[in-house]
Amino acid sequence: MTALALSQNGDFVASHSPAGARATARLTHLQRLEAESIHIMREIAAEAENPVMLYSIGKDSSVLLHLAMKAFYPAKPPFKLLHIDTGWKFREMIAFRDRRAAELGVDLLVHTNADGVARGIGPFTHGSEIHTDVMKTQALRQALTLHGFDAAIGGARRDEEKSRAKERVFSLRNAHHRWDPKRQRPEPWKIYNTRKRQGESLRVFPLSNWTELDIWLYIHQERIPIVPLYFAAKRPVVERDGVLIMVDDDRLPLAPGERPQERLVRFRTLGCYPLTGAMESPADTLEAVIRETLEARTSERQGRVIDKDGAASMERKKQEGYF
Amino acid sequence: MTHQPSSSEFLDGFLSAHGKKDVLRFITCGSVDDGKSTLIGRLLHDTKQIFDDQVTALEADSKKHGTQAGKIDFALLVDGLSAEREQGITIDVAYRFFSTEKRSFIVADTPGHEQYTRNMATGASNAELAILLIDARKGLTRQTKRHSLLVSMLGIKRVVLAINKMDLKAWSETTYRSIIRDFAGFAGHLGFSEIIGIPISALGGDNIAARSGATPWYSGPTLLEYLEKVPAGQSPLDGPLRFPIQWVARPDADFRGYAGTIATGKVAVGDRIRTLPAGTEARVARIVTYDGDIPAAVAGQSVTLTLDREIDASRGDMISGADHLPQVRDRLEARIFVTADREIRPGDVLLVKIGAAQATGTVESIAARIAPDTMARESADRLEANDIADVTIALDRPLAFDSYASNRETGGFILIDRESSDTAAMGLVLNGEQPERPRKLALVTGQESPANARPRPATARRAVSGEAISFALLGFLVTTGVAYTLTRDPGIALAIGVIDAALRVTLAIPHRLLWRGRG
Ligand SMILES: Nc1nc2c(ncn2[C@@H]2O[C@H](COP(=O)(O)OP(=O)(O)O)[C@@H](O)[C@H]2O)c(=O)[nH]1
Repeated sequence: MTALALSQNGDFVASHSPAGARATARLTHLQRLEAESIHIMREIAAEAENPVMLYSIGKDSSVLLHLAMKAFYPAKPPFKLLHIDTGWKFREMIAFRDRRAAELGVDLLVHTNADGVARGIGPFTHGSEIHTDVMKTQALRQALTLHGFDAAIGGARRDEEKSRAKERVFSLRNAHHRWDPKRQRPEPWKIYNTRKRQGESLRVFPLSNWTELDIWLYIHQERIPIVPLYFAAKRPVVERDGVLIMVDDDRLPLAPGERPQERLVRFRTLGCYPLTGAMESPADTLEAVIRETLEARTSERQGRVIDKDGAASMERKKQEGYF
Repeated sequence: MTHQPSSSEFLDGFLSAHGKKDVLRFITCGSVDDGKSTLIGRLLHDTKQIFDDQVTALEADSKKHGTQAGKIDFALLVDGLSAEREQGITIDVAYRFFSTEKRSFIVADTPGHEQYTRNMATGASNAELAILLIDARKGLTRQTKRHSLLVSMLGIKRVVLAINKMDLKAWSETTYRSIIRDFAGFAGHLGFSEIIGIPISALGGDNIAARSGATPWYSGPTLLEYLEKVPAGQSPLDGPLRFPIQWVARPDADFRGYAGTIATGKVAVGDRIRTLPAGTEARVARIVTYDGDIPAAVAGQSVTLTLDREIDASRGDMISGADHLPQVRDRLEARIFVTADREIRPGDVLLVKIGAAQATGTVESIAARIAPDTMARESADRLEANDIADVTIALDRPLAFDSYASNRETGGFILIDRESSDTAAMGLVLNGEQPERPRKLALVTGQESPANARPRPATARRAVSGEAISFALLGFLVTTGVAYTLTRDPGIALAIGVIDAALRVTLAIPHRLLWRGRG
């Protein structure tokens, strides 16, 4: 037994001699992230009875889909894709969704809350909070129950928002699809507990450890197609409370005298068009977008109208079953 | 006019720097109020991970919840869940991400409370380094010792003692030194390869990203400098091949591929492998990926292997190199950390998940409960949440695994409660573990970083001759013993023993040099 000894000036305690340093090969950070995500997808595919992958058409979903194609190659992913359509997505998103599903030959399910449609729920008539709750949160629960999915793979990342930082990779939801932050399971090493009781389900987040920049760099490295709305173009917008909203169809009510203006804009995140702010930017290539992201001074979620509903709103929404 | 790089030039420049970046996963541990949230908030802020809109939100939050009389409270950057904020504590492991020009970091920020040992163990299981936060006013506490023990049990070799709130001790060098001395006295047995003490103030940002003017007596690196410099992200390639089969890909009748992540070692087309527990031998025919077949793959990669013959292997089996096999046993000797709010007693039946394999396990016996602050072994007939104990578990079928000490990737497992489905415990395999040989410590002066330190030749030579002598002594004893058993003649036995020992001493150093020269 050798006791630790102090060096002369005491700054450092001690160090073992690195005798026989081990031979190592370095994978890049993106290679490691990719391998980890693939590992997670295979785990859930192997252990869940009826898993599904949530496909929201955004850039994270594009990466998720690409990883799913890799994980099971040369076979196709052994699960379907599910898109929760609120009826208010950008038209370009819907066109992109249908094109990608056809190109890759994957099964796509689209679910809309018919009850919400019948009640005429929309962001303008009912506000963002009710619209999101009925057309997104409740719609998702309906779809999961309807198809009996016991695991839903999603593209959320831990770096997106503070309450997400504590989210597990495999996150348990009770029979009412609610999240209980106090009943989270430890996830040591790469071993995930996928077991659940009757009625419970899992949310699985293979991109947990990716950051926004990682996503962009991976899209660049792998040449993954994304919705053109991420690139700058002249688009008709109106300004509401300092947020630029694109006039994607004629359902957007204009104030008397209000005129849509053509501005050079792009989107950092995509969702329902009335709830998604555009940013003025000339970045019309992937390289230019990544450059702007690197030089950005505001966070990605800033354009999301929903996050401003309150400081702890995301956590509350999650407990209620929002993804 | 200066040349403005185009976006693709800009990106090429960025990628050539970024592509070389590796990632360091570390864990932070500290007791409540030692300043852990403030420290992490600081790291995020000083490495410019915080955007303008978040700073604005933080300023507003600081006025409402902050403890800094309206000034920015960095702790609020990371205290995420409102349930926690109300209680003013951090209850769960949170993962944070930041990067500098040199490296990316993933931080497992673990709670300090005693009842959350399980969360700390989780965070430590994937970390390469631990930052132990110490309040300079309190010095080493029971918590610090518990955290050190846990961190060492889970195989972390590098520790940073971040001695915080030095501003409240007037930046006293004496305080700093005495804390380090205390820690050195305590941690000597814990198997750390490197320990460094850094005097900081999380609140003021001293010696975190920027060198402090208040510590002229400190010549070591700032916290960030150190984190950027320690070896990181290395996958053990020289370990034996371990490839737990996660998924069998059968797109059509002609293709049968075994998908998984290489846990340790490497694999190449043509390599001889075995599948365990069956022990069937085969050769690797192809290494298939979406981007095309590759000739070889290394630890950390997720790939699909095909073999040169039809064998019956499925999820949960392990592929290993044909020569260095893992253990295959139906009994686990293990150290477990109880994570669920249920008791564990002898006779309890739980599910065991190790890699992709699962079996049913019965707790046969509890050898001892380990006191988390002294490591003393106590007898116990039942275990509760956050207990640490050595147990024996009988499995309903043999599984392939390694001891945790020899392979962190294939020697860890979880126990699952069959009724609640909760994770009841996490465990480290002790089977077949070699007691760790005490290792020599090289001293490092303030001028060189311990991460780069090389043993001075004199030290190395002394270590070799010491080793030669102990080896000779051992040889002498064993040979004499064997000779005596065979001959029953003490004289002859002694003579043989002496010759053996003398040969060992004279040959040890040249032999060592011979091998060195080859490496
Ligand atoms: N004076 C001083 N106070 C500090 C320092 N670091 C943290 N604190 C204060 O100590 C208290 C606890 O800090 P916090 O980060 O919330 O501790 P945690 O419970 O470990 O996360 C807060 O009031 C901090 O402002 C420091 O370096 N110097």
